[in-house]
This record gives sequence, C-alpha cells and structure tokens, in this order.
Amino acid sequence: MKSERFGPWLAMVLGTLYFVVPLIATFEFSLRKRRGVYSFDAYASVFSDSRFIESFGYSTFIALLTIVVGVLLVVPTAYVIRLRMPRMRPIVEFITLLPLVIPAIVIVFGYLRLYNSSSFLPLTGTARSTDLLLVFAYVVLAMPYMYRAVDTGLRAIDVKTLTEAAESLGASWWTILFKVILPNVRVAVLSGAFLTFAIVIGEFTIASLLNRPAFGPYLQLVGANSAYEPSALAVIAFVVTWACMGLIQLFGSGIRGSSAAPR
Amino acid sequence: MAFLDISSVRKVYGQNVVVQDFNLAVERGEFVSFLGPSGCGKTTTLRMVAGFEQPTAGTIRIGGKDVTYLPPNQRNIGMVFQAYALFPNMTVADNIGFGLKVAKKPAAEIGPRVKEMLELIKLPHLADRYPYQLSGGQQQRVALARAIANKPQVLLLDEPLSALDAKIRVSLREEIRTLQKALGITTIFVTHDQEEALSMSDRIVVMSEGRMEQVGDPFDIYNYPKTRFVAGFVGTLNTLKARVLDPGAGKLSIDGQEAVTSRPLNGSPADSIRTVALRPEAVALGERVNGGNGLSGTIEEVGFLGSVVRIKVRLGENAISLDTFNSSSVTPPKRGDTVSIAFTRDDLLVLEDNDAH
Ligand SMILES: Nc1ncnc2c1ncn2[C@@H]1O[C@H](COP(=O)(O)OP(=O)(O)OP(=O)(O)O)[C@@H](O)[C@H]1O
Ligand SMILES: [Mg+2]
Repeated sequence: MKSERFGPWLAMVLGTLYFVVPLIATFEFSLRKRRGVYSFDAYASVFSDSRFIESFGYSTFIALLTIVVGVLLVVPTAYVIRLRMPRMRPIVEFITLLPLVIPAIVIVFGYLRLYNSSSFLPLTGTARSTDLLLVFAYVVLAMPYMYRAVDTGLRAIDVKTLTEAAESLGASWWTILFKVILPNVRVAVLSGAFLTFAIVIGEFTIASLLNRPAFGPYLQLVGANSAYEPSALAVIAFVVTWACMGLIQLFGSGIRGSSAAPR
Repeated sequence: MAFLDISSVRKVYGQNVVVQDFNLAVERGEFVSFLGPSGCGKTTTLRMVAGFEQPTAGTIRIGGKDVTYLPPNQRNIGMVFQAYALFPNMTVADNIGFGLKVAKKPAAEIGPRVKEMLELIKLPHLADRYPYQLSGGQQQRVALARAIANKPQVLLLDEPLSALDAKIRVSLREEIRTLQKALGITTIFVTHDQEEALSMSDRIVVMSEGRMEQVGDPFDIYNYPKTRFVAGFVGTLNTLKARVLDPGAGKLSIDGQEAVTSRPLNGSPADSIRTVALRPEAVALGERVNGGNGLSGTIEEVGFLGSVVRIKVRLGENAISLDTFNSSSVTPPKRGDTVSIAFTRDDLLVLEDNDAH
C-alpha cells in the first residue's frame, strides 16, 4: 500500500522541482541587482525603461487585434464546418494544426517573399501594413489553440437544432452567429483568447524579422545587454502568462453554469 | 385553395426515395398529425414544409404563396423540436421574445406579448430563469410559446413529447391542443405514437415507407383502416385470410365457416382470397346475436393483462385474439376448450391489400 503511494508522489515531487527550481533561481537572481541584499532594483529599472512600456503596450495591442481577427475567422469557420460540412472537419483540423509543424521562421520568410515591397501585395511597405501582416501571422500561430477551443465549445451545444430553431424564428445568419452561437461558446472563445494573448506577448521570431517594436525582441535586446533585468523580465512574462491561465480557469468554471447546454 | 398545400412532393437522398406522392391540403386552423413508424419520412416531410429541406419535386404553398424554395427564416413558421432547442444563453422571457426581436418589433410590444405567452403556458413566474433551470416539460412549453409568439402562419411540431415521461406527455398533449384551438393555428404534428395522434388531431396522415397510407379523421382511421398497415399500426388487429363466397352479399368463408361483412368487397370475384380484419375488442365470447357472425374454435392461449383477459382462439389456419374483462365471478375459459365467438357484420373489415400472408 505504502510503496504504491510512493511512486506517484515521487513523480509529482520531481516534476514540481523541475518546474519550480529554475523559476525560483531566476527570481532569486533577479533580486540581486544591489550588492549584498535582496532588492527589487532590477524590476524598478525594467519598469522605468520607456521601451518596456512601449513594447509591452505594442504587443498587447497586437494581441488584442489578433484575438479579434482570430475570433472573427475561426468562430464562423468552425460553425459552418460543424453545421454544413462535417466531412471537411478532419481536413480543416489538419490545416489548423500546420502552424505547430511549420516553424515560425519558415512562415515569416514565406511572408517576406510574398509580401515584400516589390510584390503584388506590398504589405511590408509601411509600418502600419507590416503591423497588419504581423497580426495575420499571429492569427495563424494561434489558430491551433483557437480552433480547438472553439470547436470543443461548439461540441457542447446542439449547433444544428439551435440554428434551425433560430432560423424558424426568422433570424438571419448574422443574427444566429452573433446572438445564438457566439454567446454559447463564450467560455471557449475566452480561453482561446487568453492562449492567443500569451503566445503573442512572448513571440520573438516573426516580430523581430518583420522589425516591429514588440515585447519579444525587446526581451532579447535586454537579455543581451544586462545581467539582472532579463531575469526580472522573465519573471514578469511568466506572471503575465500565468495570469492568463488563471483567467481561463476562472472564466471556465465561473460561467459554465449559465452556458451549459440543456439536457 | 387550402391554406397549406403540399402537392406531389417527392424527396430523394442519393438513391433513396424518402418521400413520394405526398399530397395534402390543410385548412386554416386545422390540426393534422403525421403518424408512422421510424424512418417513414415524417420528419423529412415536416422539414420540407419548414424549409430546412427542399423537395426533389413538387410544390408547397402557404396561404396561396409558393414557398417551395423559400428559406426557413422567411416563411413565418413556428417550429418545436423534440430536443426543445431553447437558447441556453437566454432567459425564458428572452427565448420567447427572440422571434419578435428578430422581427424588429418595438420593445413596448415585445414585453406584453412575452407576458401574454407566459400566461398562456402557465409559467409567468419563470420568466427570468435559464433553460437549464427548467424541467423537460417546462422547457417544451417555453419552446411552444417561443414558436407561437410571433403568430406564425403554420406551427410545426416534430415529436415534441417523446422526450418527456408518460404523465407529462398526456397533460401537455391536452395543453397543446387547447392552445392550438384557442389560437386557431394551422398545425402539423409529427408522432409515432398512435394514441397521441388519435387524441389530438382533426385529421391523421398515416405514413409508411415514404408514402401516405391513409388520410382521415381519427374515428375513420381507427374504425375503417384501409390497409393492413394502417390497421396494424393503429391499434392491434387480427388479420385473417378469407375466401370470397358471394361478393354481392358480402359472404366469406373463414377456415370453412361462413361469415358476412357489411363492407364492400370491391368487386372481388367469387373464390378469390381477401384479407379481412377484426379488432380484439370487437369480438365477444358467446353465441351469435341476430344478424351477426358466429364462429367456433379452440382456445390456444389465455393471457391476463390485468383488467383484461386476452384469449387466442384457433379456427384452423387463422386465429383470432379477443379481449374480455377480467371478473372474479366468471371463471375464465381454459386452454383447449371449444368456444363460440361472435362479432357484427360491421366489425368485419375488408382491407385493400390483396396479398394474404
Ligand atoms: N440527410 C439525409 N440524408 C440521407 N438520408 C436521410 C437524410 N435524412 C433522412 N434520411 C432518411 O430518410 C428516411 C426518413 O427519415 P425521417 O427522419 O423523415 O424519418 P421519420 O419518419 O421522421 O423517423 P423517426 O420516427 O425515426 O424520426 C430515413 O430512412 C432516413 O435514413
Ligand atoms: Mg423524425
């Protein structure tokens, strides 16, 4: 009995240590900027750097745009696939998984080739249009998570019957999508949104190669030029990411009650 | 022209003919049931009226207007589904008001109408609940209110009661019918439950394998089934093979014993074989009463069904089941007894199909 319990516990302790030790070490290191005592000097220096605020603000803005575009793209797609083209589902699922298989660097070089300033669609021509390209790239990167989240949400409701009920009551496609379907997959959309946010905030490759002032490249820059601030930034990024996860949990359990499908 | 007119409708899925030769004229305010076994095409026909499916051939008219290819959201129909299909994110009141809101009715009109509907389904106290906080019966009443709130031209119900338990089913059945009559809504009700169809409908369409077997009021459908299928599906029925002796006089021979029917034999020649039918409750133990039929046979089985005793009497090739009331003062007959049975000429039905197997 005792030895049976011992194995799982050991695994859990080892797993926890694997995660926690580097984190604590990083945190501990980030506190050592002032010689001999622990202090938050590194954090103060990070927060006082205007580039931190700017790049973080920029990335947050891009993340929000990515979420909006992603939701507008993924929700109607997943809905129509479920409703009208169930046979296409495996194919669409495969396509949405591609960003996990194709490295971001390949995607961005593809973009640069396709949309460079001498191409038919010179998206990299101006800063604004490059921002747009960045958003589209992030929509692609986040698609595996967004699609899966939304599709799971749609599975929980009787999409076909709800659609038909709304149709018989005179509703248009637009109304059905925004008044009936979207509110019922709100939780799923939210968790997809938070995952998207976490991905966009930390992304380096694409932002760097498109030369945008995002948070990822800034992290890299700071890391290359100072000792303690990168650790502080890593901890901050970690807290932001986990705050997102926490929000998923919170919304996931909090709203479940009112959005549960009738049985 | 009838208010709802379904003419020569046919529906084919791939190689599969699911509905054919469907012709039905429903009058304004009429309650028509589609009755038939699973897979006979009831839902498909209803969905063509709703606009969720398009007929392969034929036309559907509502109020004189051809709606065959009109999308469902432009037909002004009300639909109630077996699975309720209430919008989980909306309260009861919002569910009921959804159609009115979509139709851009002013809020000053929606509020009172929703209230009126809630009164009608006797759930005014549940306006602010969410669907998952309601019982199945309550959800289905809300679904009904939602379907009729915007005064649809036609109300379509697809087995709305089958997910509910027996008691609620019966009470809701009556409620639906009362409401339908009070509001005068033209209604099509799909069911595979003969009792439901018989108790609610003005007219019943009995369907089998995509065809209409018989259309008639409940009394006719039950008492004068035209085919063996209808007779068998609507109530239990004895079917017997009989040889025609005298077509003009309705004289038949059942396993060598003579019987007379008052039903027309449709010009069957003498010596041809016809299928005739008797309901168990139309047959009594005992000698013939004047002018009626009497046969004799041997008891093969005695089954107690509580208040009723069902007895199977073997005549020869044919056997007849009959029902008698269980009474403690009368000793029931035993297996192997020879008995006489009696029934009227009217009760001996002649079915249309000639195949006798
Ligand atoms: N979309 C479809 N594609 C192919 N065949 C279909 C489709 N919908 C229905 N069918 C077939 O059409 C036939 C009639 O189906 P329908 O749903 O109308 O039956 P029903 O009378 O409503 O049965 P039930 O009582 O089981 O609901 C069935 O054999 C079914 O398999
Ligand atoms: Mg059906």
